[in-house]
Parts: sequence; C-alpha cells; structure tokens
Amino acid sequence: MPENSPGDRDAEIESSEEAGSGAARLFDVRRIIGGLFTLYGVLVLGAGIVDGKSASDKASGIDINIWTGVGMLLLGLGMLIWMRLSPSAVADPPLDRDRRSTEH
Amino acid sequence: MCGVLMDGGLRLDLNLLDYVILACYFLTVLGIGVLARRSINSSLDFLMSGRALPAWVTGLAFVAANLGALEILGMAANGAQYGVATVHYYWIGAVPAMVFLGIVMMPFYYGSEVRSVPEFLRLRFNKQTHLLNAIIFAVSAVLIAGVNLYALAIVLQALLGWPLVVAVVVAAALVLAYITLGGLSSAIYNEVLQFFVILAGLIPLVVVGLHDMGGWSGLSDKVAANKAGGEGFLHAWQGTQIGNVTNPIGASWFGIVFGLGFLLSFGYWTTNFAEVQRAMSAQNMSAARRTPLIGAFPKLFIPALTIIPGLIALVLFPKLGADKGDFTYTNAIPLLIERYLPNGVLGIAVTGLLAAFMAGMAANISSFNTVFTYDIWQTYVRPGHDDAYYLRTGRVVTVVGILIGVGTAFIAAGYSNIMNYVQILFSFFNVPLFATFLIGIFWKRMTAWAGFSALLGGTIGAVATWVLYKLDVLTFKTDLVETFWGSGVAFVVAGGLAIGVSMATRPKPDDELQGLVRGVGATNLRAGELVGDSTWYRNPLVLGATALAISVALYIPFW
Repeated sequence: MPENSPGDRDAEIESSEEAGSGAARLFDVRRIIGGLFTLYGVLVLGAGIVDGKSASDKASGIDINIWTGVGMLLLGLGMLIWMRLSPSAVADPPLDRDRRSTEH
Repeated sequence: MCGVLMDGGLRLDLNLLDYVILACYFLTVLGIGVLARRSINSSLDFLMSGRALPAWVTGLAFVAANLGALEILGMAANGAQYGVATVHYYWIGAVPAMVFLGIVMMPFYYGSEVRSVPEFLRLRFNKQTHLLNAIIFAVSAVLIAGVNLYALAIVLQALLGWPLVVAVVVAAALVLAYITLGGLSSAIYNEVLQFFVILAGLIPLVVVGLHDMGGWSGLSDKVAANKAGGEGFLHAWQGTQIGNVTNPIGASWFGIVFGLGFLLSFGYWTTNFAEVQRAMSAQNMSAARRTPLIGAFPKLFIPALTIIPGLIALVLFPKLGADKGDFTYTNAIPLLIERYLPNGVLGIAVTGLLAAFMAGMAANISSFNTVFTYDIWQTYVRPGHDDAYYLRTGRVVTVVGILIGVGTAFIAAGYSNIMNYVQILFSFFNVPLFATFLIGIFWKRMTAWAGFSALLGGTIGAVATWVLYKLDVLTFKTDLVETFWGSGVAFVVAGGLAIGVSMATRPKPDDELQGLVRGVGATNLRAGELVGDSTWYRNPLVLGATALAISVALYIPFW
C-alpha cells in the first residue's frame, strides 16, 4: 500500500477506526446456535416420541419429528463441542497487524 | 407467476409447541441484539462490525442474506412454473459471480478499506458518481426491504391468521429492535442462525415430499406425465437453441448465459452492498476473499430445497398456477407445509420461513443504514462530527429505513408478481453499476466523469427498455426475457459511455488509483494473515475452482 494515499480517503475512514473497536469482545455465536438447536432438538424429539400415528401418516409414513429432532440435537451439540474444541475462532490474534502500510 | 392474495383457505394449524418454538426463536434473535450491543464502541462497530468476523460466520451470513423470503418462496414458485431450468439461477446465475467476487474483486474492496461500495466509487471516480450510486442504492435497498416485509406479512396473515397490519408491525419491530441494538454484528449473527433454522425447516419438508412421490425417479416420472409440466420441466438446457426456443423460461442459451449468468448475476453478487458488506466485515483479507466462496457451497445445493418442493407442488395440486387465491405459484411451499408437516416440525418450518424473511430484510436495512450514514450523511450533509454522532445517526437511520420499508411494502402489494418486480429493479440498479465497476477496475484510463456517465446512462438505458416494453413498443417472450435484454442495453450503454467519455476527459493520476485498479499498486493479499490461512483448503483459488467444478458437474444429470 502506498505512502501517500489521497487525503480524503484517510480522514473519514480513520475517524471511524480511531474511535476504537469493541468488536473484539463480541461473543461466540456458536454458543447461541448450539443452545437453541439443542433445545429445539429436545422439544421436537419429545414431540416425535409422544405423537401418534396421525402425525407420521401426515408425513408420508415417516416419523419426521423424531428424525428432525435428532438432527437438530446433533447440530446443537456439534456446535457446542466445536466451540469447546476450538474456542478462540473469533478472537485469534492476527500474525501481523499491518493491513495498511499507513498504519496509525 | 402470480400474486399472493389469499382467500383464507390455506391455514396452518399451529399448536402450543409450534408457538413455543417460534417464541424461542424471537427471544434468541432479540438476545443476540442485546448481547451484540455490548461490543459496540464506535460507528465502525455498529455499521461494519469492526471488521473482526471469521470467515465461516461471514460466509454463512453472505449466503443467508440472499436466502430471503423472495428467494425461497420465489424459487419454489419458479420450480413449479418452469421446472428444473430454475437451477440456472444458482449454478450459472450465482456461483460463477460469487467466485469472481471472492477471487478478483474482494482484494479491491477490502484492500482499499472502504466502508461501502459507493465509497469505492468515490475513490475511484468522483463525488458525483459516489452520490449518484449512494442514492440509487439507498432507494433500491428500501424498496427491496419493503418487498420482503410485504411478503412476510402476507404469509403471516394467510398462514397464521394474523391481520396484515399486525404482521407487518411485528416483523418490522423485531428486525428494528435487533439491528438498532446490535448493528451489523447482530444482523450477521442472526443471519448465521437463520441459515440453520431455514435448513432445519426445509430439509424435513423435502425428505417427506420426496418420500411421498417415490423418490426423485418417482417425482420426475410424475412431472413428465403432468399436463402442466412435461418432459421439458426436467431439463435445464434443452430447447434453448437460438431461434428455436421451446424451454419453459422462454430464453435461448445465449440469454441464459449472458443475460442471467453474466450481467444480472455478476451485477448482483459483485456490487450489491447488502452482500458485499458481509465480506467487508471479515477479519482479514483471506477471510474476506473466502466469504463469497464459502457461501457458494451451500448455494450449490439449496436448489434441492426450493425447486424440489416446487415440482412436488406442481404434481400434487392441479389448480396450481392461479392468479389469486390459495393456489398461486408463490404458495407452493406453504401448501406443502400444510400438507406434510405435523406439529413440531411445523413450528420449525414456520420459524424457518420467518427467519428467511427477517434475514432478507435485515440485510437490506443494515446496508441501507451504512450507506446513508457514511456515504450520504457524513460525506455531504453533516461532515466533520465526532464518531459518536455518526453512531447515533446510524441508529436513527435504521428506524427511518424500516419505516420507509413499511411504506414501500405497500408498493410491492400493488404488484401481482413480486419476483419479476425484483428482477426488474435489479436490471435497473445492478447492471449499470457492474459495468462501471468492471471497466473501472481493469482500465485505469477510465476517468471520473466517465464513471458518472456510465452509471447514469446505463440506468436510463435499462429503465427505457422496460418502459418501451410496457408500452408495447418492444416485445419479448416473457417478463424475464425483458430483464435480460434490459441488462444488455444497460451494459452496452454504460460501456460505450465509459469509453467515449474517458477519451474526452482527463484520467486520475496513478498515485490516486493505488489499490483501486488492477496493475496500479499492489494489494497485499496476505494482510492480517492468521495462523492456518495459507493451508490449501483456505486458498481462494482452490475453493473457487472446486465450487465451479461442482456447479458444472451438477448440470450433467439435468442436461
């Protein structure tokens, strides 16, 4: 990147960057996705276990609540496990901070 | 394809469990907004998510932002009306453009550190071009947000019995809340969530439907035997010879490849800020380039979730294709949901539809508020204030944008075919911009005023083509074919003006074009690289080539 960038490029972009970034503190979305789908998996799987023949008749003979419930549960748990196994996916420190040569 | 007015016959029977599922989703969405708010310190955090997000998040958000109500209901409607040829929207009409964006264009967008697509134009050309594009984009963003909002409200009204006004207000209020609180981070995190919820809703529907039809072979036999369908519905390329067009879309291969595959597709994916914004908020150059590439892989397979339901609806409902009432094409998926899904999965599917609507609307609103705050307000109306002022402005603009979106929802209501309405808007707004960009990035001789003329002239060309078509001065086989030709006119006019005006005006010197034009200054492709970014599976060229190869391979069974 060049030494002398056009003046007006820097002024506005810099002012918003200089205000500081709190985004590094952003939470890990996998926790939320994992939690919601685990809950959904339990709810729908439960419905699949207790609902009667009419439900599976509607779904062309498939116990679709059970299958969907299991699938969502796996997704939810999978997300939580992934988060546990590689916790810093959001907050990895970068190798080098110079994304621009005119770094402030 | 037909309108969405409902007579009240199609009604979903949601029980307590389904409503609990829906309520959990609403709470989660709001919760994400509240949690994201804590990480906002600056306008950059609010509007650009601080440029700190990993590639898998931005990649899924990228594809989810496009997976709005229109996409899902509209593509299923296209599947019912045109058959397998609808895959063109995905395999030629999306993936190549996404790959091009990731490999070729992201280095310019991300490396120049602009905060929006219009801002790139300001650096490359001049302020007039910048303002023109910002205004055009802002208008198109609220128009399209309004279409999503309208479609959502119609579905809520018809399926759940909610009055239209209540439905519009509830949906708008929810999106408003989580974007005003948490800004772009909240929008993006919610899009990732929405991606999974949408899949969780549609996959069971397709599984059950296919099972009922006897698998893919059973379904294709039934489609081929169907009066409204036929063998032509199972092929993507048959009947597309120029001069002998018999395929359902009504276009030749030339129109499909160059109109849809190149102009409309590249016009949308490479310049639409609602999409590009997701890639711009990635944490480094590698992640930014990989965002559209990662998004391309789910995009390759989503047709299974939209076109198959369309075909099943075609087989199951002989009355499908009405102009009004329950059996419009747009109701293909709602009809299947009513038919096949018991309570439980039903709640998930309805939540998935709602998630899709919200994803589409939020993407448009979040890009609208960035462009309005940075490109219009900060640059021309109230420059020079401190950043906290612009952070507040961003929040106010979000509210205003949604209110305008509610208004434009009623414009969409006046249109019997919202999918075509949107395609027409794209031919006006996206293609001239794409032409301007393409030439501007690869040809440094293109001058600032050439940029302005190309953008303006191209837009006028597209609008004029459409007006002449509406006045019956020009005739095309279908509305869709008009959009292909309108795009062609826009591209040629923009290109001609770009070259012509450049010859008559002075170009910018090289030192003002660093990192903005291919060959002028080097963009550091390894900037901000993280451990592991140079592995083979994070190489943009590998990802891009793989995606393209798969899209070609997928066409083979459907030739």
